[in-house]
Amino acid sequence: MALIHSIAGQAIQMLVVLAMAPLLTGLVRKIKARLLRRAGPPITQPYLDLLKLIRKEVVLADNASWLFRVVPYVVFSATWVAAALVPTFQTGLLFSWSGDLIAIIALLGGARFFLAVGGMDVGTSFGGIGSSREVMIASLAEPAMLMIVFTLALIAGSTQLTTMAAYMNSSAVGLRVSLGLALIALIVVGLAENARIPVDNPATHLELTMVHEAMVLEYSGRHLAMIELSASLKLLLYASLIACLFSPWGLANQTSAPAVLVTGFGSYVFKVFVFGFLLAVFETSIAKMRVFRVPELLGAALMLGLLGTLLLFVSRTF
Amino acid sequence: MNRLVLDFAHMLAGTLVLLSFLQLYQDRLSALVNIFALHALVLALSVAWQAYIQDAPHLYITAAIALGFKAIVIPVALRRIIVKLGIHREIETVGGIGLTMLLGIGLVALSMVVMLRVTADADPLTREDLAFSLSVLLLGLLLMVTRRNAVSQVIGFMSLENGLVLAATGAKGMPFVVEISVAFSILIAFIVIGIFLFRIRERFDTVDLQALDRFRGERR
Repeated sequence: MALIHSIAGQAIQMLVVLAMAPLLTGLVRKIKARLLRRAGPPITQPYLDLLKLIRKEVVLADNASWLFRVVPYVVFSATWVAAALVPTFQTGLLFSWSGDLIAIIALLGGARFFLAVGGMDVGTSFGGIGSSREVMIASLAEPAMLMIVFTLALIAGSTQLTTMAAYMNSSAVGLRVSLGLALIALIVVGLAENARIPVDNPATHLELTMVHEAMVLEYSGRHLAMIELSASLKLLLYASLIACLFSPWGLANQTSAPAVLVTGFGSYVFKVFVFGFLLAVFETSIAKMRVFRVPELLGAALMLGLLGTLLLFVSRTF
Repeated sequence: MNRLVLDFAHMLAGTLVLLSFLQLYQDRLSALVNIFALHALVLALSVAWQAYIQDAPHLYITAAIALGFKAIVIPVALRRIIVKLGIHREIETVGGIGLTMLLGIGLVALSMVVMLRVTADADPLTREDLAFSLSVLLLGLLLMVTRRNAVSQVIGFMSLENGLVLAATGAKGMPFVVEISVAFSILIAFIVIGIFLFRIRERFDTVDLQALDRFRGERR
């Protein structure tokens, strides 16, 4: 019975994540448009885009190898599995014994590697530029992310997201500087990884500035749909990660009564909505950075992570 | 109750260290002055919190001095100087920001290692305070070393002094006279430096201190 419960919980959670990801993207776009006093596309526009892309035929370059065709599916599946590991509205997921926070980072890193390889496969100059920039940003963001994980793991005593969320929910946490530093650093890393505005502009098609878009320029049809969907999934993954680590209130566990599960789901949707709203406000109020300024921003995130770890050594319990 | 008290003191002191890092990160003078004002504000809060938990009313006066002079008077004066000198858009750093930040992390680690060893049997509040204030002090020195512009060196000096005040209030039973005289000597130092800035400017047409090196014949 317990097994059935956890399988059902895991399946529901995976489907919820998949269904909500385009909604978050649409929401952010809508709020950004409203802030600029435009009407903006409806919130459901990303779903329609995906449907249209899936129905369209795939245009392949003559020299595209099998790798180019496989990459979208690899990227999508790796991102989906990573998103399935993050507790959204309930903890105690079936998969959580097999993967912790570090495994999530590894899955996302793997997805990024394949995307960069796919960008270079056809041999156009834009794909190459996009891939090299993406890898540069990733090589700076990943150490920062690992420092954040160290800080959080030292505080919670585990890298298992379920245990961490339970610890953050208890009163044992107290008021800690390190947590604040880790939160700021995680937001910076999340912005860089999801190609959001100070690092990369998700809406641009100007050759000089695009990073993620340049990499996926050669893709079309259902391949592009897979890549767009995994980009939305990744954004939702970071939203759920921040919600689960820094505001785990209302998180149900797998043995909870249905009413608690519904509350947990409601609070999750609310948290994601707040995240989308704040992201849109932040993105409208800031300008994109020069590519050469990005290392400074990510260096600051790394520094915050390091400082958070260092400060743990003077705090009382450690 | 006691735990929350400690946590709050810890958080304020940690915020001071963080703001020192932000000073290192900023490469515009007006933003640097803003962060310095914030630094002083957090210092005032931290001192007031110490006054509350140590039950030492004279520390409230120290907090008020920090708030009045360092968070309001000095930033306003600095801003006027910057506007008058016409340098509110420029700043030059020696070496890159990333390198400076790494050095800063090293200094913080150093001060933690030193202070936690030395004060092994002090009470935890004083211990943390001393470790943090030493790092604020070293970061202020680092800011002075890595900047060429005289105004940002002044800011480095002032934030170094903030570290001193933090250490002084963390230690119990510091005589009030000492704190007052430190505060006033800082104010006088500020005035003297301000006058010097204008003299340097008059003579060399710049506040870039490398010009002085050239004048001494060290650099051709």
